[in-house]
Amino acid sequence: MSTILYLAHTECDGGLSKVALETLTAAKSLAEGLGAELAVGLFGADVAAAADSVAGCGAKFYAVTDALLNDAVYASDLAAAEALAKAVGPDMVVAPATSRLSRALPGLAVRLDGRVDTHLSGLEAKDGKPAARRWFYRQRMEGALTRDERPWIVTLDSGCAAAFAGAGSADVQAVAADFSGVRTRSLGVECVSEDEQTIRPDANVLLVAGAGWTKKQADGGVHVDVAEQLILGFLGATKASLGSSKSLVDISGEGGSVISFLTHMHQVGQTGASPRHPKGLSTCCHGEEPHVVGWRFIGERRAINTDAGCGWAQGKCDVLYVADAFALMTKVNELLG
Amino acid sequence: MGNVFHIVVCGSIVPDPLQTLTPQVGPTGPVLQNEMMLPAVLDPWAGHALYEAANLAKNNPGSQVWLVALGPKAKLQQVMMAVSQKAPFQLVVADGSASGFTDAFETARVLAATIDGIAGLDKSKLLLFGGWQSASRGSGAVMQMVGERLGVTEQFQGVDKITVGADGSIEVMERVEGGAYLKSVVDGAPAVMGWATGELPEPPNNPQIGMQNMQKNMPALMQAKPADLSGASLRFETVQVPQQRRQTRVVKDAPLEEMAREIVEWLKA
Ligand SMILES: Cc1cc2nc3c(=O)[nH]c(=O)nc-3n(C[C@H](O)[C@H](O)[C@H](O)COP(=O)(O)OP(=O)(O)OC[C@H]3O[C@@H](n4cnc5c(N)ncnc54)[C@H](O)[C@@H]3O)c2cc1C
Repeated sequence: MSTILYLAHTECDGGLSKVALETLTAAKSLAEGLGAELAVGLFGADVAAAADSVAGCGAKFYAVTDALLNDAVYASDLAAAEALAKAVGPDMVVAPATSRLSRALPGLAVRLDGRVDTHLSGLEAKDGKPAARRWFYRQRMEGALTRDERPWIVTLDSGCAAAFAGAGSADVQAVAADFSGVRTRSLGVECVSEDEQTIRPDANVLLVAGAGWTKKQADGGVHVDVAEQLILGFLGATKASLGSSKSLVDISGEGGSVISFLTHMHQVGQTGASPRHPKGLSTCCHGEEPHVVGWRFIGERRAINTDAGCGWAQGKCDVLYVADAFALMTKVNELLG
Repeated sequence: MGNVFHIVVCGSIVPDPLQTLTPQVGPTGPVLQNEMMLPAVLDPWAGHALYEAANLAKNNPGSQVWLVALGPKAKLQQVMMAVSQKAPFQLVVADGSASGFTDAFETARVLAATIDGIAGLDKSKLLLFGGWQSASRGSGAVMQMVGERLGVTEQFQGVDKITVGADGSIEVMERVEGGAYLKSVVDGAPAVMGWATGELPEPPNNPQIGMQNMQKNMPALMQAKPADLSGASLRFETVQVPQQRRQTRVVKDAPLEEMAREIVEWLKA
């Protein structure tokens, strides 16, 4: 009987992330579809709470625990993953595409002489075989693929399945890993405070700011200070996540009239992020293709632009409001209270 | 003595992002329509890695930069005319497909073998740079596998900043979820860095550097050996561009209050 190893790490609160729970659902239904056995491999400083939180999945549990695994470091994370995989001997390794596993798991393919496919958008059993889907060319086309090499290591992006729920009491078998060669030391995560945080992956709404906010307006002036207040006011009222066009972050980086809280991490698009939110509101952004490919996973889309002929009008959003975003967002913020 | 690095940047070409891409079935799997005719650019995140490498080499005298590219050599040559003007580097070419549909493992195997063949490369000084994802496959998996094959097991992905200490240690800032940075320190080379945007703007064109680069790099293009990427069983059932056109409703000449109310109702729904 073949075995599927679901692999995940604990978060700083000792639990599992949302994408990790979603991936467990996908791994479990794949195992059922293939008639395979499901094993769960966890690593972290202490995995007891995480294991109990998903004990109802019916798998056999394995874990590598060590204080070192409190922090994400490629070499120690991979050593833990390798030890778990060697203890289980799976045909497939299925893991969430967290930044931590996205960094570490491709290396596992070399260590196990397997193959790896990352950032899957779908995984299922088809005609008794595992079949995957993922995007190519920066979210411009989706491919359905399969392969014969084993072990096949895959990571799944958020949105592939519903989050697994089923707590209980897990019986976890300890596995030892070798961390002796690790030369990297974590200095911790530099987080922005909750008030200052503007990238919120789990937010309901994405607000995108474009370079128009820093351009000369109808009165001949530039009003970046007002733009900042409007954007922050909206984020404060809605707890939306903030994204940006490339032009706007490039201006910010080059010392032009800048929106002070924007960095390259806010950039959405071909050379930026492809965030996942149910709704997106674009403001002062032209909606050019290299930007809009980053909206692949945004459900409902609306845009505000003074130009009725901007890119958004070309079938890229559901509603385009032809208006001055300074005036319209002032009103929107007023109504949001 | 200062730090001396041997910096190998892995980077190839991708279709210009302004092009419309259409997949079609080729003899051995999916390809892009008119792939060889599409204008190409240096893969953007690999480009950032190259600029960071050049800057690091400039600040650490005695260091060297190689650009290792797996791609079709005719197209590489066109793109290199432009890239050569940006920073000094030694080009090393494996002549093969730069398609997003080739297997990441095979790509890594060819790149690692190509790097292994570089004369004068001191692996104890090696910093293996590349983009943290390509704009073609977007797997974010190749650099890790190249590193593992070369025995480089200290690795970083989504790197935006590195700071080299006097003792050769390197502090690294990597992007993680929620706009935060993971900060780590590695005691020195060798290491793998998959770069995100980094901190440097694209360097201006320098025709003199371009001339020097092309003089030494033309032979590398001429001598490029064909790369065998055929080892994988990866099979595509379909590759499709999704139907993405929406029925856009354009709201024009309506009172601002009305638009604002509609937006707020939609946000709250
Ligand atoms: C290799 C490459 C990669 C790229 N990658 C990306 C990427 O990842 N992400 C990305 O975003 N772009 C990317 N681009 C750039 C992209 O092609 C566009 O240049 C960019 O998205 C434009 O940004 P923008 O719409 O904010 O700015 P602009 O094109 O300057 O548009 C500003 C808009 O603001 C509007 N405006 C001005 N004032 C107001 C007002 N008061 N109210 C309402 N509207 C107003 C204007 O009508 C205009 O439409 C890439 C390009 C290349 C070549």
